[in-house]
Amino acid sequence: MNHVPVNDSRFPGLRRRGFLAAAGGAAGLGALALAGCAGSGTAADPAKADGKPKRGGRLRAAFAGGGASETLDPHLANLFADAARAKALFDKLADYGPDLSAQPRLASAWEPNAGLDRWKVTLRKAAFHDGKPVTAQDVLYSYRRIADPAKAFRAKASLEPIDLKASRALDERTIEFVLKRPTAEFPNVLAAFGAYIVPAGAQDFDKKPVGSGPFRFVSFAPGKSAVFKRNDAYWDGAPYLDELEFVVANEESARANALLGGQVEYAHELNPATARAHENKGQIQIVRLRNSAMQGFVMKTDRPPFDDKRVREAFFLIADRKELVDGALSGAGEIGNDLFGKGYEYYAGSLPQREQDLDRARKLLKEAGAEKLKVTLDTSPVASGFTEAAAIFRDQAAKAGVRIEIKTGSKDSYWKDILDSGTLASYRSGAMPIESHISQRLLTGSTTNATHWRHKNFDALYQQAQSTKDKKDRAAVYERMQRRLHAEGGFLIWGFADWILGTARSVRGVEQKAPANSLDWARFDKVWLA
Amino acid sequence: MIGLRSWVARRLLLGVAQTAAVVLLVFALTEALPGDAAVALAGDQPDPERITAIREALHLDRPAYERLADWAAGLLHGDFGTSLASGRPVSSYIADGFGPTVLLAVLTMGLLVPAGVGLGVLAARHEGRLADRLVSSVTLGVYAVPEFAFGVLLITVFALRLGWLPPTAVGYGTDLLAHPAALVLPVLVLLSRPVCSLARLVRAGMIDALASPYVAQARRYGISGARIRYAHALPNAIAPAAQQLARTIDWLLCGVIVVEALYVIPGLGTVLMNAVAERDVPVVQGLAVVFGLTAVVLNLGADLVVHRFSPRAGVAA
Repeated sequence: MNHVPVNDSRFPGLRRRGFLAAAGGAAGLGALALAGCAGSGTAADPAKADGKPKRGGRLRAAFAGGGASETLDPHLANLFADAARAKALFDKLADYGPDLSAQPRLASAWEPNAGLDRWKVTLRKAAFHDGKPVTAQDVLYSYRRIADPAKAFRAKASLEPIDLKASRALDERTIEFVLKRPTAEFPNVLAAFGAYIVPAGAQDFDKKPVGSGPFRFVSFAPGKSAVFKRNDAYWDGAPYLDELEFVVANEESARANALLGGQVEYAHELNPATARAHENKGQIQIVRLRNSAMQGFVMKTDRPPFDDKRVREAFFLIADRKELVDGALSGAGEIGNDLFGKGYEYYAGSLPQREQDLDRARKLLKEAGAEKLKVTLDTSPVASGFTEAAAIFRDQAAKAGVRIEIKTGSKDSYWKDILDSGTLASYRSGAMPIESHISQRLLTGSTTNATHWRHKNFDALYQQAQSTKDKKDRAAVYERMQRRLHAEGGFLIWGFADWILGTARSVRGVEQKAPANSLDWARFDKVWLA
Repeated sequence: MIGLRSWVARRLLLGVAQTAAVVLLVFALTEALPGDAAVALAGDQPDPERITAIREALHLDRPAYERLADWAAGLLHGDFGTSLASGRPVSSYIADGFGPTVLLAVLTMGLLVPAGVGLGVLAARHEGRLADRLVSSVTLGVYAVPEFAFGVLLITVFALRLGWLPPTAVGYGTDLLAHPAALVLPVLVLLSRPVCSLARLVRAGMIDALASPYVAQARRYGISGARIRYAHALPNAIAPAAQQLARTIDWLLCGVIVVEALYVIPGLGTVLMNAVAERDVPVVQGLAVVFGLTAVVLNLGADLVVHRFSPRAGVAA
């Protein structure tokens, strides 16, 4: 039953540089998670503190981009820069809050039937930039465009639960979505990465794209810059900024230099070293979006040596998570507990934090007959910290008598290469709801099941959760699933990296509790210049 | 004259063959890279179904030789094909990237020739004395610094510390001429090493030429020092430098990735790097054609210059 991941798409993965990134939503948890968050960003505090938003000005934001192939088609969004531009021009029906739960956006309300397989979604009163109202027909057009089998839009897999043929507009602002099976987390589908609403009939987004978002289109030069201006009629309140310009700078040092030199007011994705050098120095503000990108290793649970759960547990116990965070992430992050989504909705925070225990790891390996184990670890410079984490983990494993050989692969095809081959590989993921992580990666029919975790009873639990209307009961089912993953899953999740932004001192209103790809991340309609 | 013309014709034909060979080689190498455009586009979401769908949509499921043949047939009509990643014409990629690249190359060459030749002549004139030793040690020293390090250094000092110049050209797009200040640092970085190598070559050539029998003869005729230096010795000293200059222009025109990345200049180097990462084969091939032809034409030009200044050196096809 669980076929395709329900919401695949939301993930952020972007291709190349950006991709991964995209995924990462960071901070969500920061908020909730609180726990860990010690020092994060003092930077933004001044922003919050002061005062009344002021209208006017132009903000320039530097992102890593996709070069001359960039497009403003929101359904093709892949990179962080694509997603940031798309959310300035367009809206989704829902978007993710800081804990990755779906928050209403263009949809003002949603209501399932008793069987959770028909959802009535009501639209708020909103208009596109050309003055036409956003209607149920626009929503159906947008979703059908995304689901077009001839195209390979990223959000297509996320919309898979919807039977778009049977779904219909009940009136101008009400849609009835017919689903292929009960889906309690259907609002996550509405918030899926790339599921933007465009006007019915829209196909060409390179010239004068029209959306319902907080900014209107002014100009666009792929790989260079995109200029937008305030949409005074925005349903969620007009932005404070007069103009917003996205510029592309792929080198981190170039983004940092442009920010320091006053050429941009917002720089996305800075290195921990840059952040440390400038934090609290007064020249720029550093914003850390906590718990953004999950960092870990995937063990293929269907083949030796990891088909023995004692070996998997031994590997969990080998990891010194603090050392990995300090070494591979330069300390910009917090430790993980082999579960995805720290601090997100439904996260099983009550499970004990796993600590390094080499004696027990050795004992487990011995029981499993895997003494003097030799394993190849696949990695690649595809994401920052990967090769560093691999080397650190190799040394940690050596202390438990496991010899790890590191194999560095091509970064352009890394994710495909590790999906089905090898036994152990570096892995990372951006923010997405825990339900999406499970549906995309941990069910028998999941399309990106890198741990090859395929268990009928686990699939059944997922279906049970999706068929459970009561949220508390559902949370209990998710907890059972996470308990099992924590004990014997294939994801060794050692940390969550901060997502680091830099802003000029004049920039206010940048939300810190916003994992990348969540609603408040790169949300420029709430930002102002002091 | 007939001889020269047929020599040029032969060189051009050979150049076309060389370019074709480069394109074939680049195609084979790109095909040999792990993954294709579909895999690169799918990124961290390598859902096999999606990769298959992308592959079909891009016609990547067709055999490599068919794709190459189609592309080559288009090229004969001046059609470079369309990008796999965006569906836009490859010619627009090349046209967009060419502007900034040519601008940087022209500015750099415009400053390089007088600076390199001037320093070389100056050093040769004072061979072994203070000016020579000063020029020689500075040029050797600067030559030893890699571009990226020199670039970072210049940004730190002149943009961030002193605030005289903008640190990058971010957001200026292709309209760089409107922001001349942003061009100063990249041009300085581009100049740094070629100036040094050119000055060294000119110095060596000048010293040889000044010690030659024909210069001694000219002196005996009582011709002025300046005229000897610039009208007689320099043309001979330029011959070896011309080849070096051709290589430098070639290097500049083929996109200087380090400088483009550091200063956010959207030139051909950036286009090439993105295209390779995206496995955007038509764009890579289009660039290979442009770069191949550029190299052929420049080398031909350099040989002609040598021929003009120093006919005795002779030329061979």
